[in-house]
Amino acid sequence: MNIIVCVKQVPDTAEVRIDPVKKTLIRDGVPSIINPDDKNALEAALKIKDADKDVKITVVCMGPPPAEVALREALAMGADEAYLVSGREYGGSDTWATSNIISEAIKYIGNYDIVFCGRQAIDGDTAQVGPQIAERLDLPQITYVQDIKMDGDKITVQRALEDGYQVISVKTPCLLTCIKELNEPRYASIPGIYTAYQKEVKVLSQNELNIPADRIGLTSSPTNVHDTFTAETKGAGVVLTGSEKEVSVALVENLKAKHVI
Amino acid sequence: MDFNLTKQQEMVRTTVRAFATDIVAPKAAEVDANDRFPVETVELMAKYGMLGIPFPTEYEGAGGDTLSYIITVEELSRACATTGVIVSAHTSLCINPIYQFGTPEQKAKYLPDLCAGRKLGAFGLTEPNAGTDAAGQQTVAELVDGKWILNGSKVFITNGGYADVFVVFAMTDKSKGVKGITAFIVEKEFKGFSIGKTEHKLGIRGSSTTELIFENCEVPAENLLGTVGKGFSIAMQTLDGGRIGIAAQALGIAQGAFDEAIKYSKERKQFGKPISKNQGLQWMMADMKVRLEAARHLVYHAACLKDEKKPFGTEAAMAKLYAAEAAMYITEKAVQIHGGYGYTREYPVERMMRDAKITEIYEGTSEVQRMVIAGSILK
Repeated sequence: MNIIVCVKQVPDTAEVRIDPVKKTLIRDGVPSIINPDDKNALEAALKIKDADKDVKITVVCMGPPPAEVALREALAMGADEAYLVSGREYGGSDTWATSNIISEAIKYIGNYDIVFCGRQAIDGDTAQVGPQIAERLDLPQITYVQDIKMDGDKITVQRALEDGYQVISVKTPCLLTCIKELNEPRYASIPGIYTAYQKEVKVLSQNELNIPADRIGLTSSPTNVHDTFTAETKGAGVVLTGSEKEVSVALVENLKAKHVI
Repeated sequence: MDFNLTKQQEMVRTTVRAFATDIVAPKAAEVDANDRFPVETVELMAKYGMLGIPFPTEYEGAGGDTLSYIITVEELSRACATTGVIVSAHTSLCINPIYQFGTPEQKAKYLPDLCAGRKLGAFGLTEPNAGTDAAGQQTVAELVDGKWILNGSKVFITNGGYADVFVVFAMTDKSKGVKGITAFIVEKEFKGFSIGKTEHKLGIRGSSTTELIFENCEVPAENLLGTVGKGFSIAMQTLDGGRIGIAAQALGIAQGAFDEAIKYSKERKQFGKPISKNQGLQWMMADMKVRLEAARHLVYHAACLKDEKKPFGTEAAMAKLYAAEAAMYITEKAVQIHGGYGYTREYPVERMMRDAKITEIYEGTSEVQRMVIAGSILK
């Protein structure tokens, strides 16, 4: 079985701030990490490989050359092969253009049974790229996957909903987007780190993919970011006073009024 | 000399820091409070290949270098000094002498299990009357019918209660003094070998520190390490490497306490402002930072020399001496910055201060390090 896992390198948003004047992310000194949901996707693939050594895992990352580190980390966690999809022409792509590029890269790699993606990236938070890739590749897709059971070419998953989950079966090839409830990603192993740097990270650029110019990059992207800002912190809230009973009654009334309970 | 870490070393640091933050740190207080050896953490460290970092992959090591190993001990000790010393004693004091002085058969037999962490290692040199004066060994070994028979005891043995393989020193010819000491590889199942009392300590309380007892302990002839009479030299060379490990442990403890002190000083408000705004504390923190970075330079320098296969004994002694004293200074100041809270178990700095003290004592006291350094100056 061949599995492709799409990963994105993102700034660790726990430490990121926004420049109030330029409206861009202040990335100086902010560590880059593999997008958390994508690590869950990779872990799902690694678990399938743990049970079947014949499984081959290929990781794909679109980004500038420094994004190679994310691929090395994925290799150190146990992936077999890595592709960096990179080129100046791809810069500034929105989700539509990005999914055009990544789906062409996946077609170029070929021979896949499952494509795993994270639900969404913590920098853009769109949750669009995974589903869009599935559409471009004409694959059945299941999003928000929180549990996976393998049975040959049949996969049964739990798809998380707001207040429950659906159980859905699908045959390979297919695309699954994963959420953090699916698993606890493993750490890279120390021997894996050394092996990862002995492997080749193959670069796929326009030379290999040759995607029409009107489907890639900033100018061909139908969506644009008009403004970026840090949300203003909310007010101090309401302080309820009185006896325990009075406060409890007032609290329940307030919550009911807001349709919380 | 270049301290720009390689990409692999950077990833080792990031990975071990994440592991230490998520897995090791949350247990550190409980491990300390209950004198509990963290077996489950050791199993996880084995799984992630942290127990044989600077050894070749043919022995199931990680194929890494000394500096990566040192960074690992530092990052683990930053969260929990107990966890740091388990790795340091296992790697530097047990695997390293077998790797350096073992026969091909000994290496093939012992290294894969040790490097992969299926077995844990320890080192037995210190005796009740042979501490700093390690040459005063009273444990004896006699060759009887093709087997070595060991009699005597060792004390303060790190990992003692949980180790499977021990590198042990015994006197094979008392008349020759230090040239009469020989090294052996002892397995815990060997007849006549047992674990004695477990020490209750001021710090690194989760680490297992025990007596080893040899009562007509039978050691196969092929388990002699090196050659007869070379034991003292093997011990001293092993301790040279081990000192970098303990220096890294001290560095990690110091970094952990420093981070806690900075964080607390920004959060704690007195007289309407964070205490970090007080110049008295700022100067204290500047002094802590200088010692921390100076220690790091000495420790990494010693590790780099070892990786470059250059002489590193004196540098290891300087690194261990300075990092241990820096750890003691920094942890004490960290407690001071925390005030009354720092003296309680509500914050980790009191544990770090207790943990730091041992780094001035084991694998050569600070006084021994000064002897080694002075000896190299005046030779």
